[in-house]
Amino acid sequence: MANIISDETIEYVGILAKLELSEEERQRAKKDMGDMLDYIDKLNELDTTGVEPISHVFPVNNVFREDVVENGDDSDNMLKNAPSVKEKSYMAPKTIG
Amino acid sequence: MSLTRLTALELSNKIKAGEATVLEAVEAALDAIEKREKDVHSFVTVDREGALKRAGEVQKLIDDKTLTGALAGVPVAVKDNLCTSGIKTTCSSRILSNFVPTYTAQAVENLEAAGAVILGKTNMDEFAMGSTTETSAFGVTRNPWNTAHVPGGSSGGSCAAVAAEECFYALGSDTGGSIRQPSAFCGVTGIKPTYGTVSRYGLIAYGSSLDQIGPVAKDVADCAAILEVISSYDKKDSTSVKREDTDFTSALVDDVKGMRIGIPRDYFGEGLDREVKEAVLAAAGKLEEKGAVVEEFDLSLVEYAIPAYYVIASAEASSNLARFDGVKYGYRAEAFEGLHDMYKKTRSQGFGPEVKRRIMLGSFVLSSGYYDAYYLKALRTKALIKQAFDRAFEKYDVILGPAAPTTAPRLGESLDDPIKMYLGDIYTISVNLAGLPGISLPCGVDGGGLPIGMQIIGDCFQEKKIIRAAYAFERTREYRRCPITEESKGGRG
Repeated sequence: MANIISDETIEYVGILAKLELSEEERQRAKKDMGDMLDYIDKLNELDTTGVEPISHVFPVNNVFREDVVENGDDSDNMLKNAPSVKEKSYMAPKTIG
Repeated sequence: MSLTRLTALELSNKIKAGEATVLEAVEAALDAIEKREKDVHSFVTVDREGALKRAGEVQKLIDDKTLTGALAGVPVAVKDNLCTSGIKTTCSSRILSNFVPTYTAQAVENLEAAGAVILGKTNMDEFAMGSTTETSAFGVTRNPWNTAHVPGGSSGGSCAAVAAEECFYALGSDTGGSIRQPSAFCGVTGIKPTYGTVSRYGLIAYGSSLDQIGPVAKDVADCAAILEVISSYDKKDSTSVKREDTDFTSALVDDVKGMRIGIPRDYFGEGLDREVKEAVLAAAGKLEEKGAVVEEFDLSLVEYAIPAYYVIASAEASSNLARFDGVKYGYRAEAFEGLHDMYKKTRSQGFGPEVKRRIMLGSFVLSSGYYDAYYLKALRTKALIKQAFDRAFEKYDVILGPAAPTTAPRLGESLDDPIKMYLGDIYTISVNLAGLPGISLPCGVDGGGLPIGMQIIGDCFQEKKIIRAAYAFERTREYRRCPITEESKGGRG
């Protein structure tokens, strides 16, 4: 029943979550995730055969609207929050060599 | 008497009657903040200048009768996961430590339109993930009743600020109990409304299908008035619900004759502190004396709510927090090699341990091969929990129980064992899963002098029933003022 989280799994989760873990964090994460999954496995006691999964308690439908711009151009203010800006654009590290 | 003792409604009445000014109210709150922040630390940001300036503007609008509402002129503290244009909004996280929103959350805009003055932004668990306000990147908030104890969380700053009378009321958010549990620990009153009642626009998302904004205040009447103002249909939030029945103050009636109150036996079993149990049952007794029909019943499935919650909330968090990548806003790592390394280093340095723990768990339960076993299983469990509440509300108008199994734990006792901390939310979490409204209000004090809170849960859209029950109970007891507010009463001279 106990969930043993392998190094490979933590590595994989790190890639999905875009997190870089120190060795200490990695060991802690293995233990914490194993403990949590053991605890979550309690749900297996429940027979949910034929029960529809619900993500929202009320029916949620797509909300459509006319494609009309309602907000003004606030790009100067928005760019003030960016760590790096060039020519009214966000600056990110090079992705193509 | 200091103005800070007044409730929000009392203060607004005084201001409108010309017996106090908005500026006096703001200054009284700022004085209290100055005096008590070193002990309590409810705030991440205090906007002294902004509040003083706004006080004058609001006063003019009251004087010329443009603003006549119940909350006109009253200073408020806002949880730091609600965007406020021009005021730093950090989510108590390093990754947003320098983020200044360009827009204001709809709930806060509604308050401002009603004449609120924002005093500042309150401390919280980082990204609302935690039950003690100890996971904040900017230091812990302490319980004003006893500063060796936590205020609860994640809206610990909002609840501590109200208890310490550093503000007249506050906004919090509640994903698994984050308004109701700290309200209980701090001896104040808080409401988590039915999902969809308050627009989430401008609330920095944690678990979007569970998050709701709600009021924290000194009493039920304030909470009802605040909720009336912040509730609104908002097309900017696709889960917003159109409601016609948001005149919540009409439910402030001291009459529970014939009201059917269910007491879930499963909420009074193992793990519940004896003093909490006695105080909550005594409260049920008071309502019975007033003519309510109180009956025990089995709610069932209580022990499955927490595991289901952690799967769902973590899954949603892993997706919601993917946006924090060091490109458009917030912190960016200083040294990195290339784009992906920048993402990883930024996030690893920017997020604290509890946030990382939940992002990783969420990424795992959504990953290929585990999605059905964990995520869909949790959503099926959620459906069963909802059905259990549906059955209960066929028989009862409201459900009454404790808000938390204990009073506030000591600082430093909770974070080492996450699962133990999570268990503290056992009575509040299922309410979020089922989208229900719940109110937490004080019903006693334990032997150590810490407040005890009870929770009243209603069916979807039945806020008025829980407000009515809470109001009727509140009439039976005096408001217990937090001892920290008694200090230097009358001044030294």
